[in-house]
Amino acid sequence: MFPPIQDIYRIAPELVACLFGMLIMVADPFVPRERKGAMGRLGLAGALGALVAVELMSRHAGAAMNGLLVVDSFSVFLHMIIYGAASLVVLASYDYLERENLQQGEFYALLFFATCGMGIMASATELMTVFVGLEISSIASYILACYRRAALKSHESAMKYFLLGSFATAFFLYGVAMVYGATGTTSLVAIRAAAAHATDHHMLLTLGFGMLFVGMAFKIAAAPFQVWTPDVYEGAPTPVTALLASGPKAAAFAVLLRIVFTAFGDASSTWFWIVWISAALTMVVGNFAAVAQSNVKRMLAYSSIAHAGYLLVAVAAAGAAGEESAAGIAAVLFYLVAYALMKVGAFTIVSHLGGSGEQRLEIDDYAGLSTRQPTTAACLALYLLSLLGLPLTAGFLGKVYIFQAALDAKLIWLVVIMAVTTVVGAFYYLRVIWVMYFREAQQDWTPAPVAPGVAAVMFLTAAGILALFFFPGPLMTFAAHSALSLR
Amino acid sequence: MTDSYLNQYVPLLVHMIVAAGLSAILILLSTFVGNRRPTRAKMQAYECGMRPTGDAREPFSVKFYLVAMLFILFDVEAIFFYPWAYVFRDLQVFGFVEMMVYIGILLVGYLYLWKKGALDWNR
Repeated sequence: MFPPIQDIYRIAPELVACLFGMLIMVADPFVPRERKGAMGRLGLAGALGALVAVELMSRHAGAAMNGLLVVDSFSVFLHMIIYGAASLVVLASYDYLERENLQQGEFYALLFFATCGMGIMASATELMTVFVGLEISSIASYILACYRRAALKSHESAMKYFLLGSFATAFFLYGVAMVYGATGTTSLVAIRAAAAHATDHHMLLTLGFGMLFVGMAFKIAAAPFQVWTPDVYEGAPTPVTALLASGPKAAAFAVLLRIVFTAFGDASSTWFWIVWISAALTMVVGNFAAVAQSNVKRMLAYSSIAHAGYLLVAVAAAGAAGEESAAGIAAVLFYLVAYALMKVGAFTIVSHLGGSGEQRLEIDDYAGLSTRQPTTAACLALYLLSLLGLPLTAGFLGKVYIFQAALDAKLIWLVVIMAVTTVVGAFYYLRVIWVMYFREAQQDWTPAPVAPGVAAVMFLTAAGILALFFFPGPLMTFAAHSALSLR
Repeated sequence: MTDSYLNQYVPLLVHMIVAAGLSAILILLSTFVGNRRPTRAKMQAYECGMRPTGDAREPFSVKFYLVAMLFILFDVEAIFFYPWAYVFRDLQVFGFVEMMVYIGILLVGYLYLWKKGALDWNR
């Protein structure tokens, strides 16, 4: 009856995250107010412990917990992104919580619980397990979005995220029910086998996939389910925004890829056009709406929508390529890493520059930043250029891989839309850089000195973005290997 | 196949019909047969013998919601014990350990809310 010891290794990152979450939660009320800094150190220890656990997990490939979860290179890759992003967010939020005078203990506890849920999503091979992971991560992130209790915007953010998120989850659950009705199973591998025989349930399966897609499209902020993104990203505490933009998105893409390629691999026509249309819409909506923004957080939120569109292009490309899907999936995985680095870095700087109470969030507030804090300005410029996809950055290679996969799959129209919208993107990314470097500061406001945690995040993400451009080989090999394990 | 499957549920259907029918009969009987002599005191809302004051639709203290929430949490815990106790002999040590893990997690939550003062009504 007891699970074999390998099963424990296979869920090691989730166990570590859970244990540290509970430890911090219980320890928090016992620690006197002036020594709350210990919570941050405990959080950092937990984040590093979870990363070590990911390494431990990667050595024990195989199915775990009676086939509910699986450890293959795909799930190891996704765990790397999710836990890496969570660790960076822990680093970035340490000083933020001090500055905003927020409760420290619960923040890290909730962050660990959310991360644990995302980890479950990344390695789930069964739809109900996906749902459990989705709920664990969602409920914790709803509370995190509301963490700045004094700010009305934070409440608005949490409320919108909660209501729309619950709807999306309900859609996902309904999709699970329909797929179960058509195939009699919720295991992804078994769905594929059953779908091959159950030809008379084609309609039910397509509807079911549509519902599953709604649930996941909400999490990755793909059009037409993206409306919540700017409001939620704007109102949530900025380190939380950094987490929301990276972790859940990676986890949802993991689920989407698994559903698409493990469960619906043969019936490519059922889902291909759904993904195609959503990709095209997402790129257009995200990029054009971002142009009109004056608030940096909202601008980055729309840019995050646009990037969901680029990633969906790669998913569609992998689907259209038939047997050669590995290139497209690898492109998604590579881009997810680059994207997580850029977004966590950018939001960390926004959180640092926002100052007490997150007052300075307008693009105009960044005027003259290059003379006041040259390093910060240079890092932000690097993230923005990478988001735009200029050479010397990871974003460039990520886009190249996606373009290549889409061209190989002969998705000419998606390539055209992606190219045009990327050019539109140049406008709003370069505008921030222009303001930072070529506009004189209007107010006598100096940003606070860069805190050690923020500096560490800046260094790690900037180094990662450059390293991925100059040495993409190892990661791309890993990504290609992971893509193969989906079959 | 389908017939025998549905046949299993016939007793349940009978049960529901009897339950609904019996309550309907009792209510209708007392309405039509019973004597009614309403007085002022009789028509008042029943408040455990207290004289009713004011409207029931008032904002409640948020403390009530907290208590209700905690009650649900630990009530669900208690509900889980029943099926567990029923199959306890089959599950043996495994079931015991699993339940202890479950209780342990809830205990952590209990410690947390105790220490945070959620159980202190006067805070």
